[in-house]
Formats: sequence, structure tokens, C-alpha cells
Amino acid sequence: MNIDCKNIYDTLIIRLTGELDLLVSEKLREFIDIKIKENQSRVLILNLEKVSFVDSSGLGVIIGRYKKISAQKGKMYIAGAQPMVEQILVLSGINKLIPLCGNEQEIIKNYREDGV
Amino acid sequence: MNVKNYVRFEFFSCPENVSFARSSVGAFAAQLSCTLNDIEEIKLVVSEAVSNSIIHGYDNRPNEKIMVTVSIGYDNSLEIAVEDFGKGIEDVEQAMEPAFSSDATRMGMGFTFMKSFMDTVNVISEVDKGTTVRLERRFALASETDA
Ligand SMILES: Nc1ncnc2c1ncn2[C@@H]1O[C@H](COP(=O)(O)OP(=O)(O)O)[C@@H](O)[C@H]1O
Ligand SMILES: [Mg+2]
Repeated sequence: MNIDCKNIYDTLIIRLTGELDLLVSEKLREFIDIKIKENQSRVLILNLEKVSFVDSSGLGVIIGRYKKISAQKGKMYIAGAQPMVEQILVLSGINKLIPLCGNEQEIIKNYREDGV
Repeated sequence: MNVKNYVRFEFFSCPENVSFARSSVGAFAAQLSCTLNDIEEIKLVVSEAVSNSIIHGYDNRPNEKIMVTVSIGYDNSLEIAVEDFGKGIEDVEQAMEPAFSSDATRMGMGFTFMKSFMDTVNVISEVDKGTTVRLERRFALASETDA
């Protein structure tokens, strides 16, 4: 798993590459939490374009970050989930909490319009 | 099942081995007549069962034994058994309920995924002895999907 990270104002973009399972879930959780704190992020965009696999350990990290950013009145979005990854995001109901979007640009455009 | 081919492997209960286990089963299952998406689903259920053995069965102790047996049947069916010798499950029925987890930080979706992607999920468990999760699925034969 490779983690790439970018801040645009109060938006934290996390771009992941690889497989999201038990092995990497803890490191990813710590990494994102530190970045949220450092940046005082109000929007978290998780880019899954290059993630080929997610299991329930990975979903646990995603839902945990959603809860965290929501508690701070922030928002979270998921960008670019591949079909199999999207299937399990839907099966787990995560898509009802965190909007799934095609790409980062789409999200940034949308929440600017929402006035976030 | 009338077994056409099988493999069995055992490994330590460390998180590094979860991807090894799912990739190996996925590679073996490629002998079936099935789609790439089916292989992805197989990898997911193996990941769930093996992660459960590590996290719950062995409370994350990394040097315990997990055994995986995979069989392919002449009828294009797949059977996967994931076995640990850990703490076992007191109430299997409750454990298999959607969203049930004995760990507050987890989602309790593992068994739900296994049930969604496999035809049968059978759990045999004994407290302080261990747990065997047996997963079965039959894929359509070419002769069944044609016509
Ligand atoms: N191999 C195992 N050994 C002991 N307990 C297990 C095992 N597999 C599953 N369990 C129990 O079943 C529960 C549900 O498992 P699962 O649906 O995968 O959810 P989760 O892993 O998120 O807790 C676990 O919380 C645990 O209590
Ligand atoms: Mg689980």
C-alpha cells in the first residue's frame, strides 16, 4: 500500500495505491488521523482509483475516518472506486454515509456548489 | 464433492499472510470455469476468514497456525476450509449475524460478505479448541450458460 497525500486549503486528499486489508489498516488509520489533525481538515477525499482490493478491515478504517471527520462537522467523499471495491462499499452500506464519486474534480466542484 | 484437484497450505497468523492466502487461493481457483469477478469475490471471502482467525481466533498473536484447504470439484465447484486452533466461538449463530462484532472497533461484516459471495458458509467451532470455516460455491458450467 502506498499513501499519497495532498492538502488544498482545509481539504485533505488521500490517494491510495494497492490493497487495503488487515496488514495496512492500522498504519493507514494513524496516517490519516495525523494529517487531519495537522491540517485541521474539514473535508476528506479518499481516492481509491488505484486500490485493487478492500476487505472489511479496510472498510473499518474508512468508516472510522468518516465518524471522526463527521464529529468535527466535516465531510468525507470517496473517489474513483473500482467495480469490485464499489460493490463491497455498497454491500456494507458505506455508500449511504459517504458519497461515492467518479473523481476528485467532481467532488470539489460539488461541495463548492453546496457551499461547504 | 467429487474432487478433481486440491491444495492445502498452512502458515503463521501474521497480517502479512492474509494477502498471501487470498492470492494463492485466487490463483488456484483460476482453474475453475468462472469470471475474473468471481475470483475477486473468492479472494475477499478468504481474506475475511483468515483475518478472523488472526484477529479473533488468536487475538493477533502472529506465530500461531492457520490451515487453508481448497478443493475443486468435477462439477465446477469450489470448497475452501480455513482452520485455526484458537479461542473458538461461543455463540456461532450470533457471530454470523450482520453487524455483530465482539470488537467495538470492527464492523461485523466478515460473515455477511462470506454469505453474500458463497453458496454455503458452515462454521464448526469449539471454545479453546478452534474454528473451521467451510465455504462452498458452485459455478455454472459452460454447458449450463450456453444455449
Ligand atoms: N476464527 C474465529 N475465532 C474466534 N472468533 C471468531 C472467528 N471468526 C469470527 N469470530 C467471531 O465472530 C464475530 C463476527 O465476525 P465478522 O463477521 O468477521 O466480523 P468482525 O471481524 O468485524 O468482528 C467476530 O467479532 C468474532 O467474535
Ligand atoms: Mg471479520
